[in-house]
Amino acid sequence: MKIFRTLGSKLTVAVGVIALVTIAIFAFFNSRSDNKNLLAEVERHANQLSEAVKSSTEFDMLLNQRDRIHETIKRLGNQESIQRIRILNKAGQIIYSSDTTEIGKAVDKKAEACTMCHSASEPLERVGIKDRTRVFRVHPDSGRTLGIINPIYNTTSCSSAACHAHPKSQKVLGVLDVTLPLAEIDRAIRQGQRDVVLLAAGAFFALSLIIGLLVRRWVALPVRRLVEATRHVAGGDLNYVIPEERDDELGMLARSFNNMTQRLSEARLQLVQSDKLASLGRLAAGVAHEINNPLTGVLTYSSFLQKRTKDQPDVQDDLKVIVRETIRCREIVKSLLDFARQSVPKKSAAAINEIIARAAVVVENQLSLNQVRLAQELGADVPPITVDANQLQQVFINLFVNASDAIGPDAGGGTITVTTSRLKLSPIGITQVKQAQCPKRHSLINAEVRIDGKPSIRVRARFEGNEGFIYRDPMYGLARHQFGIAPEPGMDVQVTCPECSSALNVHGSPCPDCGSATFAFEVPGKGMVEGCTNRACTWQRWAELERLGDRDFVEIRVKDTGSGIARDELPRIFEPFYSTKGQKGNGLGLAVIWGIVDNHNGAITVESEVGVGTTFIIRIPVEP
Amino acid sequence: MTARDILVVDDEQVITQAVVRVCGAEGLSVDVASSAEQGLSHLARTTYRLIISDVMMADIDGFAFLIELRRRHVRAPLIMTTGMSTMENAVRALVSGAIDFIPKPFTADELLAAVRRGLRFATLQDEAESTALDARPDSIAWVPPPPQYHRLGYASWLATEVSGTVKVGITDLFLRTIDGLQGVALAAVGDELLQGGRCATITTADGLEHGVLGPVTGRVVEVNDAVAAASAVIERDPYFEGWLYRVLPSELQYDLLHLTACSSDRM
Repeated sequence: MKIFRTLGSKLTVAVGVIALVTIAIFAFFNSRSDNKNLLAEVERHANQLSEAVKSSTEFDMLLNQRDRIHETIKRLGNQESIQRIRILNKAGQIIYSSDTTEIGKAVDKKAEACTMCHSASEPLERVGIKDRTRVFRVHPDSGRTLGIINPIYNTTSCSSAACHAHPKSQKVLGVLDVTLPLAEIDRAIRQGQRDVVLLAAGAFFALSLIIGLLVRRWVALPVRRLVEATRHVAGGDLNYVIPEERDDELGMLARSFNNMTQRLSEARLQLVQSDKLASLGRLAAGVAHEINNPLTGVLTYSSFLQKRTKDQPDVQDDLKVIVRETIRCREIVKSLLDFARQSVPKKSAAAINEIIARAAVVVENQLSLNQVRLAQELGADVPPITVDANQLQQVFINLFVNASDAIGPDAGGGTITVTTSRLKLSPIGITQVKQAQCPKRHSLINAEVRIDGKPSIRVRARFEGNEGFIYRDPMYGLARHQFGIAPEPGMDVQVTCPECSSALNVHGSPCPDCGSATFAFEVPGKGMVEGCTNRACTWQRWAELERLGDRDFVEIRVKDTGSGIARDELPRIFEPFYSTKGQKGNGLGLAVIWGIVDNHNGAITVESEVGVGTTFIIRIPVEP
Repeated sequence: MTARDILVVDDEQVITQAVVRVCGAEGLSVDVASSAEQGLSHLARTTYRLIISDVMMADIDGFAFLIELRRRHVRAPLIMTTGMSTMENAVRALVSGAIDFIPKPFTADELLAAVRRGLRFATLQDEAESTALDARPDSIAWVPPPPQYHRLGYASWLATEVSGTVKVGITDLFLRTIDGLQGVALAAVGDELLQGGRCATITTADGLEHGVLGPVTGRVVEVNDAVAAASAVIERDPYFEGWLYRVLPSELQYDLLHLTACSSDRM
């Protein structure tokens, strides 16, 4: 049955059945003892009654006043709670009866009222109260009846009475048989049984309902959320987060589940990235080999020609262009290989405006095909920056071509606006901690756990017997730390170097925001960075950096009037092989750009609105 | 056996033709082989002063070709060239015994510079052999680096220092293969050097530029001012006074795997 498949209904039914069985057993024994007690009470009552009848008629019997005896028995027998009273003689003949019609009739010794004494070969003379009572039905359909036999013994007064009716040798003169209807008691018993059944049923349903609701609330809903989450994760959505609102085991499970998916998501990102980089490396190697051979033909012959035509200035100029541009091709192919192995750029002081102007010349023809105008709004006060001019030129060529593609040939033209400016930015939130060390100069940088793609700073935290790692966000000011272990605020947390266990705690300097323990590590040559051990606290201080104040940046904005990029595609555009151009692009451009800008300690961001256009913003620090 | 100047082995015709064109104009005789196998059959009939070989070829690649040459006791020095112009390939070529590595695509001058060095290397090799036969210790062809040094091919040397930095310089043999040193273009303090990457460029009187492949990956912490001021000091004392850089190596142990200990040169 489907209903029994859920944990909740299984638990509910199990608890209900246990309650039902318990109540049934209890009710069975309770009802049996009730039954017995009631019957014993009736028995006692019947016995008293029969003794009362016996003694009230004894005197009349001695006087042999049969009419009075008849009358007494009749009156007593007519009471509602008494079914019948009769006196039988030794021969089984009914002498007196409240039912006058049966007077004089004989009762078979085998009849029910007689068997208790007469079943043996010799009739018993004395029997206990238990054996004197009997419960029977007159007809199978009629209600139960209790009968009690009271033997009338021969006494001295009987044998010596005036009538001398009974000889002295006779022991038992006859029996008094009183029968009482048990209808009332049976009704009470039935009522009791009905009550018990109702109680059992009520308890079953009430318990099931309560257990069902509790199970649903405490187990089924969180479990369903977990199942839902696993489905999301199985479907590839590793950013799905279960709300962590409970403190019990399922809450813990939810928390570790979230933790797991977060780790998985990072691992997958790295895996995908390294996988893509690996295939990129193979691709680059293949491309390099294939392109470099024909390029050698061009370069060798053109440079050879240039060498041999030194006396022809008009040819020289043209050849110079061919050689120069072929060498640029060589640099581009090499940068492909460099990107694949993430090599360091060849930097020198260069004017960014000149690099942009050179890139503009290269793409001029391609832009004019799409009727795209390239507007250069280059700031006059832009300082020279230390960059690899070839790499940056490639960045701008790529951005211009992308922008031109985004505008497309069918738009009837468009504009790319490239703006350069100098600006001062607060270092908070944009400065990456690239080196961090403990007092014994062990590096704390951990490339395995990355936060937003950048190696984190790993320290070991210990409190109350727990131990684990805290991964600090390398971007100063963003505080997207990851806690492998989560100390509560105000706890005495020991922070140490994972390598040599040197203490990193800053004693006597609690966090100004939350009062928790703080710690610090050194950025070689750039002072100390302090942080708070409290998971919920974002406080950190890099006095040296903050003292230097705002830093100088060169900002380059490349804005187009193209088709724009959909919001859900924006976070992925810098991944290798991610392309929105379908067959047209190979998906390398923006990944290469990101790598180059990152190698210059810069940052590239994008703003876009579908149908309006896209702006790429590159910021490169003036001082590396 | 006939004698020719150069054998060029490459499966790309445009490359072999370019070499024939450029070297032919210099008056050098060049033979062409489109595979290593063909190259070996040329070598069975002809002696060459210099061999230029591609790395990536069908059947036998450049490295296997080089091993086969040594097995056959072919004495001609070999210059390796490849379109896979990575530092790794450069280092591997030099470690395998090639005297030089020219990444494709190259200009006519780059090719010519390497060819001239290669031919002078062959000459020096012959001279060394004859001096050894004559047993005239006063006229040695070149001075090998001190035994505690390490070298990358025959191009550059590295000497470890107590402070953890290394000194980098050019070998005497390399300097003797270039004719008429005029100047040396050096990297600046703070620059990153790569093992197998060009660490210095020597210009000669004939207008050619000779790139020196560096022995170590790391950051330049000091440049020898004496060399920057007067490049002749390198020629005078290439192993002590004429050092080029003091470098803070980033992966010295790894780099050392690709270097030859100079103590093994004096056996």
